Amino acid sequence: MSNFMPMLYAFWDSDITYSFRKSRVAVISALVLLAMFLTAIFAPSLAPQDPFNIAELDLFDSELPPAWAEGGSAAYLLGTDTQARDVLSSIMYGMRISLLVGFASVILAAVMGVALGLLGGFLGGIVDAVLMRIADVLLSFPPILVALLINGILRGALPSSAQAESALIVLILSIGLTNWVQYARTVRGSTMVERRKEYIEAARTLGTGKLAIMIKHILPNVLGPVLVIATINLGMAVLTEATLSFLGVGMPPTQPSLGTLIQIGNEFLFSGIWWVVVFPAAALAILVLAVNLLGDWLRDALNPKLR
Amino acid sequence: MTPQITPDDILSVQNISKRFDVSEPFLNRLLERRPRRILTAVNDISFDVPRGKTFAVVGESGCGKSTVARLLMGLHSPSGGTIRFEGDDITHMPPGKPAALRRRMQMIFQDPYASLNPRWRVRDIIGEPLKNFGICKTRAEVTREVEKLLSQVGLNPADAKKFPHEFSGGQRQRLSIARALTTRPELLICDEPTSALDVSVQSQILNLMKDLQDEFNMSYIFISHDLAVVWYMADVLAVMYLGKIVEVGPKEEIFGNPQHPYTRLLMETVPKLTVGGAERAPVAGEVPNPISPPPGCAFHPRCPMANDTCRSVAPALNLREGGQKSACHAADEGRLKPWLRLAAE
Amino acid sequence: MSLLELDNIVVEFPTRRGPLEAVKGLSLDLDEGEILGLVGESGAGKSITGAAITGLIEPPGLIRSGEVRLRGARIDNLPADKMRRIRGKEIGAIFQDPLTSLNPVYTVGEQLIDTMRVHLGLDQKTARQRAIDWLAEVGIPAPEARLDQYPHQFSGGMRQRVVIALALCAEPKLIIADEPTTALDVSVQAQILSLLKRLCRENGTAVVLVTHDMGVIAETADRVAVMYAGRLVEIGDVKQVIEEPLHPYTRGLMASIPQIGIRDRRLTQIECAMPGLRNPAPGCAFAPRCPRAMDHCHSIRPAPQDAGTGQVACHLYGETS
Repeated sequence: MSNFMPMLYAFWDSDITYSFRKSRVAVISALVLLAMFLTAIFAPSLAPQDPFNIAELDLFDSELPPAWAEGGSAAYLLGTDTQARDVLSSIMYGMRISLLVGFASVILAAVMGVALGLLGGFLGGIVDAVLMRIADVLLSFPPILVALLINGILRGALPSSAQAESALIVLILSIGLTNWVQYARTVRGSTMVERRKEYIEAARTLGTGKLAIMIKHILPNVLGPVLVIATINLGMAVLTEATLSFLGVGMPPTQPSLGTLIQIGNEFLFSGIWWVVVFPAAALAILVLAVNLLGDWLRDALNPKLR
Repeated sequence: MTPQITPDDILSVQNISKRFDVSEPFLNRLLERRPRRILTAVNDISFDVPRGKTFAVVGESGCGKSTVARLLMGLHSPSGGTIRFEGDDITHMPPGKPAALRRRMQMIFQDPYASLNPRWRVRDIIGEPLKNFGICKTRAEVTREVEKLLSQVGLNPADAKKFPHEFSGGQRQRLSIARALTTRPELLICDEPTSALDVSVQSQILNLMKDLQDEFNMSYIFISHDLAVVWYMADVLAVMYLGKIVEVGPKEEIFGNPQHPYTRLLMETVPKLTVGGAERAPVAGEVPNPISPPPGCAFHPRCPMANDTCRSVAPALNLREGGQKSACHAADEGRLKPWLRLAAE
Repeated sequence: MSLLELDNIVVEFPTRRGPLEAVKGLSLDLDEGEILGLVGESGAGKSITGAAITGLIEPPGLIRSGEVRLRGARIDNLPADKMRRIRGKEIGAIFQDPLTSLNPVYTVGEQLIDTMRVHLGLDQKTARQRAIDWLAEVGIPAPEARLDQYPHQFSGGMRQRVVIALALCAEPKLIIADEPTTALDVSVQAQILSLLKRLCRENGTAVVLVTHDMGVIAETADRVAVMYAGRLVEIGDVKQVIEEPLHPYTRGLMASIPQIGIRDRRLTQIECAMPGLRNPAPGCAFAPRCPRAMDHCHSIRPAPQDAGTGQVACHLYGETS
């Protein structure tokens, strides 16, 4: 325990934390993201209303504008939609889903990509060739299309009754299986470089097996860029999910993500009920922007050449 | 050459070769109608390493000396020939196996910055062979043994928790040596261990290596391009050129009266620390491309004594007066002039 | 007047935790046609000194104080475009790695001709002929044909010869050679050094030869300066410094170099290692490792004083001994 304070100080004083403290953009983005995470996690306690509990809805309060506009009510800060659902609460719950899908798909993509990249880079030969050709094919399609494709296949495989419940899993799988390629390529490249280094030769002469070399020796040395890719990827994953939901093949209205909310609200845009679509869209934009800015800072901070 | 493994030799290498296929990818070859390209890095080499002594392999880049080291450790598989360690055949054994034999031979590498895993702590780096070979079973044993080894190579035992980047180049080489000593090897193969170090650090490491050799009665195979270092460390040495041994024998004889023009060239081009002496007469040319070596004796394009035989027939290693062997037609035919000793007296 | 004067230069690298001084108060001078060796181990600051002369210190590093004078005129504070004109025309450079010193996408001829046209104002035809002459001068066979080849088509030693030609073709009065033979095989080193020496003598070009290899210095240089931890510790004629070094560091260095024919059981070694740049100790930087350190060596830093054929920065010599 006596080590803790010096360790904490060392961490606070380390190059990367210093760089973080110095960058206002990074600090603000991180704070915004933190606020969004906390909101998402504690949504049931924080949200003024549970918009999907029909018992809480009062149809007389439908289509109310935001609190600062004429006719608005303080109980519904950002207004309500045609079914009296509070927009603010919907955003909080929607953020939950968006972030959940985003994180889960990034983790899936990262694990899969790193594993395949390691295997391809270390084993070389035909394993590497096959993996890289699959990656090439995947990369030649726009990611949304691939996600749509995987989504369609998975949905087709499921009976229609199960589709609503499994929408979450299907979304995570579709986005995750689309995005693993970037991780695989980077890790493969780094693996091929590390594989030739003398400490790997030394490990081989000391009797360390191939699997142990891959996981214990090479993996720690190739993980660096993965964090940066994951952070930037998170923004993309959230956007992809929003797109799929907007197109109607993502989260259903009973369990909407920010994208679904935008889709629902979109229909009412021209009838003057602008707040139902604008606020969820703004929330989505801020989320993705904060993630991207943080990812940019991280990439520059971890780049040894720019220090 | 009849294999003679005397009980005094710890390692015996017979007719070892290694060929690498460096052809272009199949499709390119097909479309551009190119033949396969084979690089013969090591070409039919034989030598014996006497127990308890240092056997040096000298040569410039591309001569194959590093490949020889890797062949001995099993990192490459030979294309031909046999390697015997204490009489047991280890020719095609993978690195690290069989454990009982391999733990008796270890290797240290040239680049102190690439030979230690930058993400591992020192105690894990040195602890790895202790665990792999079952020398230590518990964490406490590993810690004790690591601290002991660190002291033996002149480092602070408290440094076990540090990372490699916290050490200087010379200290990292000490760490590599400590890692190699974990299994108490009888044979240590050193691939240019001091080439990347400053001169004043080099002397520390060389002295350490000599002390350790005496203390643990180890045999060394010492690979280097620096003749002065080889003079200091070796008992027996072999000079390699383009994958072949051109001269081999006891150090004193080879330095005193080299019997191959390439050895003489190397001796002459060692920078001397005397000022105002005769200018070295540099020999022209560079090491040719090992993929397409010259016919006959590989050295003939640069050799002042090359004749037609040299250009067409590869010479064999023959015994000379001093006790060493060299592969040279000029020496066979008595055309090699006496050697004026230019080394410092 | 000397060709080149370094007057008490300090090269500093600002870092988050405070500035690091890589070169601390170095003064040297170089006469026309002289070959000066600048010797030191890694971290001694010799390459940075070479970079300070050519104005190529990587930012944010800078020359914080002191002057670099070429023929009496200051060059360390020139604006970028004036410095560019000096580089190449007055000062040439040869670096360690011949592969990266040449631009891989231009032929050797194009690089030579371009340099001569810019710095000497020659027309295409004359420059081309001169380029062929230079290639022949540095010993490249069939120069006319090789003029139109790319750097990767040359071997390491040949490339370094081209780099030498490139450095000399604008007829500079001074060349900074930073470890010119370290990346080459031993048998090629001798050829390159002998070439460099001959051409510099013939053209009256002065050379600052930066290296860690004393053997190279012994063969090539007229005078040698020894650096340790960013400072000059000894400078003098090469024969004196090598055969009878004055500074204990130089003595230790010379004694720790293995030499063929010497039969000592152990090499002399200097204990520990050169101190890092951070938090330099007061007093002589070498004192912790010096077998002859006296009490005041640890607190008072010795200034260079005249001794031997040049100067030594050591309390064992001069008035403070």
